[in-house]
Amino acid sequence: MKLLTCPVNGPRNITEFQYLGPVCAASAEQPEQLIESLFYAENPLGVMREWWRHTPSNTVFVAERHTVSDQILATYLPSRKPA
Amino acid sequence: MPFSLLKYGLRARHASFRDIPLTPELKRSYDVVVIGGGGHGLAAAYYLSNVHGIRNIAVLEKGYLAGGNTARNTTTIRSNYMTEESIRFYKEGVELFETMSRDLGFNVMFSQRGQLTLAHSEATLRSFHLRAEMGKHVGTRIEVVDVQTVKELCPHLNLDLGGQHEVIGGLWHADGGTARHDAVAWGYAKHASERGVEIHQRTEVTGFERAGDRVTHIKTNRGTTAAGQVLQAVGGLNGQVAAMAGIKLPIRCFPLQAMVTQPLKPFLHILVSSANLHTYLVQSSRGEVVIGGGSDPYQLASTRSTLDQKEHLAEGALHLFPFLHKVKLLRQWAGITDMTPDYSPIMGASPLQNYWLDCGWGTWGFKATPVAGKRMAETIASGRVPDVLRPFDLRRFDSFALLNEMGATAASH
Ligand SMILES: Cc1cc2nc3c(=O)[nH]c(=O)nc-3n(C[C@H](O)[C@H](O)[C@H](O)COP(=O)(O)OP(=O)(O)OC[C@H]3O[C@@H](n4cnc5c(N)ncnc54)[C@H](O)[C@@H]3O)c2cc1C
Repeated sequence: MKLLTCPVNGPRNITEFQYLGPVCAASAEQPEQLIESLFYAENPLGVMREWWRHTPSNTVFVAERHTVSDQILATYLPSRKPA
Repeated sequence: MPFSLLKYGLRARHASFRDIPLTPELKRSYDVVVIGGGGHGLAAAYYLSNVHGIRNIAVLEKGYLAGGNTARNTTTIRSNYMTEESIRFYKEGVELFETMSRDLGFNVMFSQRGQLTLAHSEATLRSFHLRAEMGKHVGTRIEVVDVQTVKELCPHLNLDLGGQHEVIGGLWHADGGTARHDAVAWGYAKHASERGVEIHQRTEVTGFERAGDRVTHIKTNRGTTAAGQVLQAVGGLNGQVAAMAGIKLPIRCFPLQAMVTQPLKPFLHILVSSANLHTYLVQSSRGEVVIGGGSDPYQLASTRSTLDQKEHLAEGALHLFPFLHKVKLLRQWAGITDMTPDYSPIMGASPLQNYWLDCGWGTWGFKATPVAGKRMAETIASGRVPDVLRPFDLRRFDSFALLNEMGATAASH
């Protein structure tokens, strides 16, 4: 069982979470960045910031995860980004 | 036994031969460099050398020959897609499989046994009607069938009458089939090397030298070589290799997992898949039941497996064929797939003049091995992208001309 730590509910089975995809640098609000934000998602070999949702409690948060080792390095609420 | 064969067998000295020669030294330059020695790269090398007369070609493969997704796929071959452009393209691919063993003189064990996709709801059945009509329009063999026909096509199937996953009909695609993946790659590799194509195994591309909008040199762990034209077909890592050439692709890596059971007596004579259960099954010519399904739930560039996905596959398989409950699993594995936003590949030109893309094959590219190889070879030899490939151009994302094939089968492929 792989664990993911919800910033509100603590470590839970990763099957309780929904993956919402990478935090995208491009913004859909900026017309010249629209295509980039829609189709060109981040896909690094390394640490990536991404959106997750704890389904039972509907908590949406950010995780930092390594896309090769699958190691989860940090999770936090978007409003409380650690320094 | 013919006398000549007996004589040959009794002869003391046999001239030994290798289907695929040992890796030679890297030359200083090639007319065409193919990056990636999977089925796609090898098929392109085959067509370039055997049809277009280009002999000075190197295929660079970072691992062993066809050890990427070509070695890991579940070998579903079909053309029952949703858009006209896709069906036209994949239909050509299926037709090339029909004559491949003869064309290559290499048994690829193509078995055109038909694919049945099950409908468990009226909504699914409606979408099947759309697909069937589009398929007929393009000239493929496809029809919506009722539950009685499902029973006849697959007598052992659990129809789950009255249950949550009751089978109410299906999409029957008589053109669907399966082939031996390794043999496809080896067949192309053999005939390409006979015409002088060099296959460099354990040769990883690590970077590029560019002059303006052309790639001039390719750097590898075994030295640098100059290239006239370059074809990129590196499977799961297409996004990363393109980035080394300065090209951004709309690709994300997701693992896809599969597994096979111990060999059983033949009982499953068709390919069967279920949209509700995200599972599909095929019995190989060795009797093993190959079980595949949907992709992993989150991005990852690793070939590790997970118990969650394997349990999910087993659950679907047991639901369709409950009598498999005591059968043992023999092997299980995963591959890294290069997923595009519209579940269609990216083929054709890149922003660079002499750099061609055969990418974004995700979870569905084995069936396209011959047709992509053939058409990409034609593209490189003529410098012109043929009409059948044009809809798959990278620039379709800039103009929102997407080719949506999401949900074109039970799983995502
Ligand atoms: C579990 C699974 C099931 C699948 N099932 C099906 C199916 O049923 N039907 C279907 O049609 N498709 C299926 N697919 C998809 C299919 O396997 C692929 O789309 C197809 O094999 C891609 O072929 P390819 O030759 O482009 O890539 P690959 O076979 O992956 O070959 C690419 C090669 O490039 C090499 N490479 C990578 N980086 C470098 C580098 N820097 N330098 C040199 N070489 C490099 C790799 O080592 C690899 O050998 C499945 C995939 C998986 C993982």
